[in-house]
Amino acid sequence: MNFSWLMPETVSTFGPALDNLYYVILWITGIVFFATEIILVVFLVKYRHTEGRKAEYIQGSNKAEVVWTAIPFVIVMSLAFYSKGLWDEIRDPAMIPADAYPIELMGRQFEWNATYSGADNQFGTSDDFDVLNELHIPVDRPIRIELEAEDVIHSFFLPDFRVKQDAVPGMTTPVWFEATRTGEFPLACAELCGLGHYTMGGTVIVYSQADFQDWLAGQQAQAEDD
Amino acid sequence: MSTTTAPETHAGHAEAHHELGFIRTYIFSTDHKMIARQFLFTSLLFLLVGGTLASMVRWQLGFPGQPMPLGGGLPDTMAPGGIILPEFYNSLVTMHATFMVFFALMPLQAGVFGNLLIPLQIGAEDMAFPRINMVSFWILPVAGIIMLASFFVEGGAAGAGWTSYAPLSASGEWTGVYMGQILWLTSLAVLGFSSILGALNYVTTVINMRAPGMTWFRIPLATWSLFVTAWLLLLAIPILTGGAILLLFDQTIGTAFFRPEGSGEPLLWQHIFWFFGHPEVYILILPAMGFTSEVIACRSRKPIFGYHSMVIAMVAIGFLGWIVWGHHMFQSGMNPLLGMTFMATTVVIAVPSAIKTFNWMGTLWRGNIHFDTPLLHAIAFVSLFIIGGLSGIFMAVAPVDIYIHDTYFIVAHLHYVLVGGSLFGIFAGITFWYPKMFGRMMNEGLGKVHFVLSFIFYNMAFFPMHNLGVQGMMRRIYDPNQYEYLQGLQPTNTFISISVFLFAATQVIFAFNFLWSLRAGKEAGRNPWKSNTLLWATPSPPPHGNFPEMPIVNRGPYEYSHPDAEEDFWPQDAPPATSGSGGQPAASPTPEPVPGD
Repeated sequence: MNFSWLMPETVSTFGPALDNLYYVILWITGIVFFATEIILVVFLVKYRHTEGRKAEYIQGSNKAEVVWTAIPFVIVMSLAFYSKGLWDEIRDPAMIPADAYPIELMGRQFEWNATYSGADNQFGTSDDFDVLNELHIPVDRPIRIELEAEDVIHSFFLPDFRVKQDAVPGMTTPVWFEATRTGEFPLACAELCGLGHYTMGGTVIVYSQADFQDWLAGQQAQAEDD
Repeated sequence: MSTTTAPETHAGHAEAHHELGFIRTYIFSTDHKMIARQFLFTSLLFLLVGGTLASMVRWQLGFPGQPMPLGGGLPDTMAPGGIILPEFYNSLVTMHATFMVFFALMPLQAGVFGNLLIPLQIGAEDMAFPRINMVSFWILPVAGIIMLASFFVEGGAAGAGWTSYAPLSASGEWTGVYMGQILWLTSLAVLGFSSILGALNYVTTVINMRAPGMTWFRIPLATWSLFVTAWLLLLAIPILTGGAILLLFDQTIGTAFFRPEGSGEPLLWQHIFWFFGHPEVYILILPAMGFTSEVIACRSRKPIFGYHSMVIAMVAIGFLGWIVWGHHMFQSGMNPLLGMTFMATTVVIAVPSAIKTFNWMGTLWRGNIHFDTPLLHAIAFVSLFIIGGLSGIFMAVAPVDIYIHDTYFIVAHLHYVLVGGSLFGIFAGITFWYPKMFGRMMNEGLGKVHFVLSFIFYNMAFFPMHNLGVQGMMRRIYDPNQYEYLQGLQPTNTFISISVFLFAATQVIFAFNFLWSLRAGKEAGRNPWKSNTLLWATPSPPPHGNFPEMPIVNRGPYEYSHPDAEEDFWPQDAPPATSGSGGQPAASPTPEPVPGD
């Protein structure tokens, strides 16, 4: 059985920063959890009813209230502001690397359709080609996904890349990430999208830059044959 | 001190009581205590429905594709040969949440205890609008029947999740569910009126009908929590109702409020839903916080630590709850610039929750803690709410939420708040106030066995869900084994499912104790817990009109172990300590338990 609190290995550039933030929260909440639960148990044992014992008449303490209002406030606000940089890095459209390789990705019941721009690097031209349920990308190069949905809301989830973004019909949402090593990784749908939702999986295939060019050329040739 | 000296108004009601027939007493009753009991029995039945649906969900996840025990009786459209179909699974997930949220946890808290506690704790003879109160209850079974009926129409029950995201929910072509989705929205729109009418009553009653001396800061925290909850209901439910009606139009008459093909906006539904939905989260937990405060103060024989802070924290939660809804939508495609705003407001709401937790612990500190069943459940509330509160910080921090959003981490979090928090709080409330409702005590031995087993199996069931989420397992997945990277989690899922079944089986002990004690429980007397609030000055159960004479409130609700009082409690209506008490007439009945009332 898997009772691990460790994040699985990550293969994207911002993954380690996101995991680090997770561990910071895990440490803070872990310490607060053990401290409060232990104090709670100590109180329960120490102040349990016994014959002749009387509770002390204490109505509260303003000092204590100030302390346990101020400390949590400072901790959580620090967390929020500490997280802002990473959030902007991942999500702010203005911060998506300009040289990112573009792919259009359309979610529909119950498959993912990736469109590549072909040799001319222009979408909407005759050398575009589509790949179903497979996202082929080069390593060490930012990828920019233009995410869309055809029918209902889906959610583009790449667990190993720490990427998740809903695909909403009628909207185009940019998503970027950069793979740090080659290999095959799962692509999942994380938003209930109908009865086949659980089957809406795919694969991310990360190539070395040279292999990716080969793959592109192969697809290109195939597309021209069709 | 008997009815002979009772003021006119109260005596009048007491007499009227005798003239009422069976139907006016037990069915179309306007007595808030009877309505509370009606809410209790009805919502416990719906809790059973919600639990049964949850068990089926867990069967599929624990033993995917295997025939469910007793499942052979289900029609082939749901589970042919007992094997749950994907479309039925989606309905199960949706309806489990729907029944638990709208038909169990809401009425169990606001419905049952709003009715029982508010008039009795503030010293009123009934609600401000008793007939509206009756209507408020009777809407619940009507809405419940509509909701249940949706299982049996063509296409089955709604399967777009309890959040009912459009456009999935907006057209049957995406789910195969047409009538079921329409009935789902209709039922919730109807049920909304129950909450609105109830809330209207609670707000009016608390503002206008407090006994003399019951100042705002002498109101017990349970009533305070229900008062704040009532405001949230009054303001939030109409938003859901409005949204539901628009979605119903999209489904039935071809409008496009939320469907993109007519320039509609799918995210608009999410904004409406969560603008209602986040206050709703506090509707689902604030009353349980109130019950916990009552029980912990009474059973540790100590004033509640920081009464004013507790009130301010609840009011703060009531306000902050309105400006955090965007954290449900961090990954929705909402403008990412809003992320920082909602992250900041969301983490701030951790502060009043922390204040409440520390004040409960402060109340136990140097107390004289009596470990009866209600106290055990209240402690469970505090210890599990700590977990639910802390796990909330992970998803409040938007970058981390990218990974855990829509995974089992969220499922773990919400069940720590709504089962570990609300349900244990409800158990604390039921076991604490049962003697006032029914005149008899529940069995302590059975109560403790039920508590211990529930606490263990509960944590075995829900704690490992955090780990599933960290491993990347999504919510609302019919069969995680479809994904290779999730196949290793099957043993954990099976373990969780078995724990859920054990948790569910343990509730039989509670049901038996509850029903058996109605007849065979020890007579409770007026004040079995030696508590201070006005409620305990009445006979158990209180007669129509509640108080033989108007109580006069002389102090706050938590004067336990006061140095000037002879005993370790000092009821709110007991006369002042200075024995000669001047020209004041004797204030109230004696607090001693009167057996056989």
